[in-house]
This record gives sequence, C-alpha cells and structure tokens, in this order.
Amino acid sequence: MNIGSWALWGFVATVVLTIVLASSQGLGLTRMNIPFMIGTMFRSGNRPAARIGFFVHLVDGWLFALVYVAAFHAWGGATWWRGAAIGLVHALFVLTVLMPSLPAMHPRMAMPEQGPSDLRMLEPPGFFALHYGYPTPVSVIVAHVLYGIILGAFVT
Amino acid sequence: MVAVALPAPRMRLGRHAVIGDGRSCALVDGAGTVDWLCWPRFDSDATFAALLDRERGGCFSIRPRHARRIAPRYVKDTNVVVTAFGDDAGAVELTDLMPVDEDGAHVERLAPEHELLRVLTCTRGEMTIDVRYDPRPGFAVRRPRIRRDRLRGVFVTAGAAVWSLRVSVPVDWHEDARGGVACTLHMRAGDQIAFDLVYAHDVPLVLRPLDDHGAALVSATCNYWRGWAKRARYEGPHRDLVVRSALVLKLLCYAPSGAIVAAPTTSLPEKRHGDHNWDYRFCWLRDAAFTARALFGLGYCDEGGAFCHWLLHATRRTKPRLKVLYDVFGKSPGRERILSHLSGWNGARPVRVANGAIDQLQLDVHGEVIDAVAQQWYQHLDPDPSETDLLRELGDYVAKNWQEPDEGIWEPRTGREHHVHSRLLEWVALDRVLGLADLGVLSLSVKRRARFEQVKSAIDRQIRIRGWNSRIGAYTSTLDGDELDATALLLSWYEFEDASSERMRSTARAIDRVLGLGKGLIRRNLALPDDGGFVACAFWFVEHLARGGGTLEEATERFDAIVEHAGELGLFSELVDPHGDALGNFPQGFSHLALVNAAMSIEHRMKEES
Repeated sequence: MNIGSWALWGFVATVVLTIVLASSQGLGLTRMNIPFMIGTMFRSGNRPAARIGFFVHLVDGWLFALVYVAAFHAWGGATWWRGAAIGLVHALFVLTVLMPSLPAMHPRMAMPEQGPSDLRMLEPPGFFALHYGYPTPVSVIVAHVLYGIILGAFVT
Repeated sequence: MVAVALPAPRMRLGRHAVIGDGRSCALVDGAGTVDWLCWPRFDSDATFAALLDRERGGCFSIRPRHARRIAPRYVKDTNVVVTAFGDDAGAVELTDLMPVDEDGAHVERLAPEHELLRVLTCTRGEMTIDVRYDPRPGFAVRRPRIRRDRLRGVFVTAGAAVWSLRVSVPVDWHEDARGGVACTLHMRAGDQIAFDLVYAHDVPLVLRPLDDHGAALVSATCNYWRGWAKRARYEGPHRDLVVRSALVLKLLCYAPSGAIVAAPTTSLPEKRHGDHNWDYRFCWLRDAAFTARALFGLGYCDEGGAFCHWLLHATRRTKPRLKVLYDVFGKSPGRERILSHLSGWNGARPVRVANGAIDQLQLDVHGEVIDAVAQQWYQHLDPDPSETDLLRELGDYVAKNWQEPDEGIWEPRTGREHHVHSRLLEWVALDRVLGLADLGVLSLSVKRRARFEQVKSAIDRQIRIRGWNSRIGAYTSTLDGDELDATALLLSWYEFEDASSERMRSTARAIDRVLGLGKGLIRRNLALPDDGGFVACAFWFVEHLARGGGTLEEATERFDAIVEHAGELGLFSELVDPHGDALGNFPQGFSHLALVNAAMSIEHRMKEES
C-alpha cells in the first residue's frame, strides 16, 4: 500500500463526502449533520460538539479509507466502479444498520420508546435516517458512492 | 329569519407583545394567541401568519374557555410576556418566551436551534383551556400534514425542516375544522403545563424533557434579560419605557451578524385603506446614526460595535453606491412579490414580501452610515485601514454625486427630487469624514480634503439659501420648495444648525402648526397619504425642544404626551392614528430608537440645568 496515496486521496474523498452532506443540509434536503452527531457523543454544548465532531469526522473518514484500501486488495485492485460499489454498500450499512441502532450507542440520543431525558435530547435518525428528511438516504448514498469512486480511481 | 354573518372584529396592534431570541421574533396577541412567527430568522417565511390572515395564516392559541378578564404584561425588564386570564371560577397565567441562555451556557448544554416555550399555570380555582395549533410553514401557501409520534409529539415538516410541539401532560389531539389540531385541557389550582415548540432545519432536533424544565427555562431567560436591561445607562424620566425600547431593539438585533431589522413583521398597513403595506424585516441604513447613538448612549457598546461592524461589512459589498436596505447578512433581499392568497391585516391587501425600495437611490444613507461609524470611532479610536478606505470612498461618492435628485428618506414611489434631508446627510458625510481626519483617525490627501471642504461649503450654502423658504419661515422638504417635512427637525440633530437658532425655532413652529395632529403627534409631510402621526417625527420634535429649541418643561410635556400613544405593553408601531390605534409594522425599531434618543436628550438637558 502506498501510504502517501492513501493519505492524500483518503483526505480528498473525506472532504468531498463532507461537502456533499453539508450541501444537502444547506439546500434543505436533510438535517443529518454528521459532525454534530459525532461531536455530541463527546460534548453536550452545541458549539463545542460541532467543533469536535468536525475534526473527529475528518479523521474518521481518513482512517476509514484504509478499509476501502483493504477491500481493493482483496478484490484484485482499485477501480472507480469497485470504489462505487463499496461506497454503496457502506451507505446502505450506515442507513439500515448504523442509524437505527444509533440511539443505543449514542449517549445523548433520545430513545424512541422512552422520550427525551436530561441527558438524551437528540432526535434519533430512524430507519434510513428518514426522520432527518426524506431525501436523506439519497444524499448519504451519493456522498458515499463519490467517496468510494475517488478512492477507487486514485489510490494506488 | 336570515342569518347574517357578522364581520370579524377588528384586531388591534397595540395589544400585541413581541418575544424573541436574537434571531427571530413572535407576536402574541394579548389574548393567548401567537399569530406571527418566522423561523429560522426574521425574514424567513412565516410559520404563523394569522396576523395577516386570520382564517388561513396559521396560529398557536391557548385560551381559557370562559375567561372574561384578560391582561397581558411583560415580566419587568424582560422579553417574557405573561397573559393573565380570569373569571369567577378560576385564574390562569400564560407565560410566553423564546428561551435564551445566559452567556456561555450553550457551551455546557444542548439546546434547540429555535424554541418557543409557553407555560400555563393555574393560580386559582379550575379552568377549561382550549388549545389550537395550526402551523402553516411557508406563509400558508399550502396546509401541511400534521403527524404525531411519541418522541416528537405533534410535528410538521417542510423539506428537511421540522416543527415539533410537545406538551408536558398527555394530550388528546383532534383535528380542528378550521385547520390544524386542537385539544381541551382541564386545570386546577397549582397545575402547570408546558408547551414546547421547537424547530430545526439543518441539524437533528434537540428535545428537552418537559417535566420541570419549563420553570427553569423561564427563570434562566428572565435572568438573562434582567441582566441585560440592568446595564442600561439612563436615569432620566420614563426609565421603564426607555428600557422597554432597549429590549425591543435587542430583540430586533440579529445576534449572529449584529444587524438590526426595522421591524419583525411585513405588510401591516400604514394606511387604513390603500396599499401602503411593506416588508420591514430588513436592515435600513437610514436607521444607522440613530441606532449608534441609542446603543452607545445607553452603554450597550458591544451591540453598537457589532452593528457598526455589520454596517461596514454590508456596505463594503456594494460600495461606493449603497443600497437602501440589506438582509441580516448584508445581502440583497430577493425581488418584492405579493402573496395574493393572504387577505392582509384586517383585510388590508396586499401582503408583500421583500421590499422594492431596494432599487431606489437615497443619497442620505452615506451620511447615516458615516455618522454611525464616526460615533463608534469616537468611542474606540481603532479603525481598521480597510474601514478608513471605505469611508474615504463613501466621501468621494458623496462629493461626486451630491447634486443628484433622489427618492429620499420616505421612499415614495413617485420619482426623484432634490430633498433637503438628503443634502443634510451629504453634508454630514463630509463633515464627519473631515472631523475624523482632524482627529487623526483617518488621513486625507490635501487635494481630497480641499475637495471635501469645498463641497461641504457648497451644500451648506444650498441648504441655507434654497432649502429655506422665507415666505413660510421654515426649512422645506425640497430645494426651492414650499412644502414642510418633519425631517427638517434633524438639522439640529445632526448639528448643522443650532436648535436654539431663530430659523430652527421658526421651522419647528411651522411644522407643529401645519403637520401637527395634537397630542404630540406629527405627520411626516402633507404629500404622504399617512392616516396618522409618524412616531419617530414626534420624538424628533422633543429632541429639538430638549436640545435648545424649547424649554425642558416643553420637551418633557411633549414626551409625556407621545408616550401615551404606546401600546398596552409599551410598544410602538410606525404611526399612530388620531384614535390612538397603531399603524404600520410592529414593533418599529425606528420609533423606539427615536424614543430612546429623545429621552437621552431630555436627560442630558436635565443634567445641564441642574
């Protein structure tokens, strides 16, 4: 594995994913704000949570590129369409498994069956993250497929 | 027998209270109904617009079924309003607020993006309460689908944005025939119910637990406002009204940028019959100098500094020609359009959003901006080099274009004229730039200084010769004209002419005689089709008196007469008609700025005389 290539394109792919998701928020398509959701795992205040979450999200996306690189190795090499395929699986995993189970893992997310408490005040995403807006699955899939395409096309 | 549909009773603006959180405002009608709310910011589409269409606009109403006595009031020195309802069977109090945390609290706690909290407390006996929740996001263009779930309560969505209403007790909502959902609650003495409406458009909702948080939030919000109000540096008469005005101005301040909007509403008519309905949810540069004086004068230097910073940022985008108004981030609002599906306040159509005055040429705005910035720099002499460059450029623009006709401060849509008020503010622009140069705050080349001094003298001569009409013994509205305009009172406000001069006294007498409506009220001029007196002009007259145009007693007496026209909660609209009804957008920042400045002038005169 070319460390420099992973470091560069992992970072670029993360930036592009972040831009797509943030643009979706700005355009009013979704309220899924991943930096805010990650940050509130560590801090309770809105602003510090957003700051911490942004950096954790960037590092997270960077490190996650290693999983893609490993998958490319196992699959016989990196191509853009293999990246897109892995990105699609990644997005579907996030939407169907990770999001619905997030209230059980996130210390500040309200449990749908119990309602909010002093500690748990954040609205849960629900299945396919549809609580955050109906177009949310589309923007998540587009963002992750683009992430995969960049890694598949450029990582050596 | 034929059934006759009685017309709906006319709504009165003066009973309304305004609440807000530094980014948006809501109006509560004095009888338990929130009939105006725009989220996420002042100029966003309305969620509740019953103010502009009682049938279709949408509202959030909490009212006891048979209460006969209804009395709204603000909790002293706060923007928290309490409406007391009562009859022989019992009494309840409804507390309305948009929670604001004490400074720094957002670092510690999660908080909703936007929140409207309504806490209902039964203080005596028993009462039956009717609740109706009818949100109409997007100015009620279409009726939204209202859904319910355990976590978000009653909620509606528009795109990704979500409005969630939760109640602290189990509620049996049912569809209301007029739209929205409704429920009935029974309360006994000691019961308390919290209604928490929260909104999010780009992050997940933050949902507070409602058990005992209502009272805590009311307390924290009251503490925040009291702490802020306590800082007001004013010891003159009517301190309560001055503090109320400061609180209104703080509500109109968009905290993320420092901009101050003219009013939180649109299309409340300036005339009973006609189409003088405008959108005031933007920032007018004409208010700049008054704003700076009021904020710095009351000791709110952070707010004054933030406003001047916004002013320089916004004007830099369009320099050297300035627009009449900007949005809260210094951008141009979209094109003016009419919402034909809304019937308007008491049937006064049309309802407009955005404001076509943006395309007008108003040459006074350069002077107002420069005067505001100069006031800041007199306090803190540390301007940025780019800011001094900007002021020089604005000065150059004035020196080049000062002889042009313009639409003028009152924005008539009838064409351009040579307004004396615009000339005055062009004179102010150059006077203040030269003054700052004399102080060494900004540098001027010899050539530029000579040019500025030459133009300033030329404007001075023009106002004194062509702006003065010896036949009527007054400064006039336009050059070589014979119409009066209340803006002539500002000649002394901007220190062009001494208030005690014979010309200013004569002008004031003429204005009072021709434009006065009695009880302290003054029209802007006779050309504008106003149905009442313009509140700011009335306070300008007080300032003229307090600054030497009259005695202290005259100024105080007139001030007392004008404040009688305030609404029940001390709020002013743009105009007051002869019957005492408020007209125009509400509450109006321009009116409250004028009140504060007039009060400070009286206070100053009192100190001088004592």
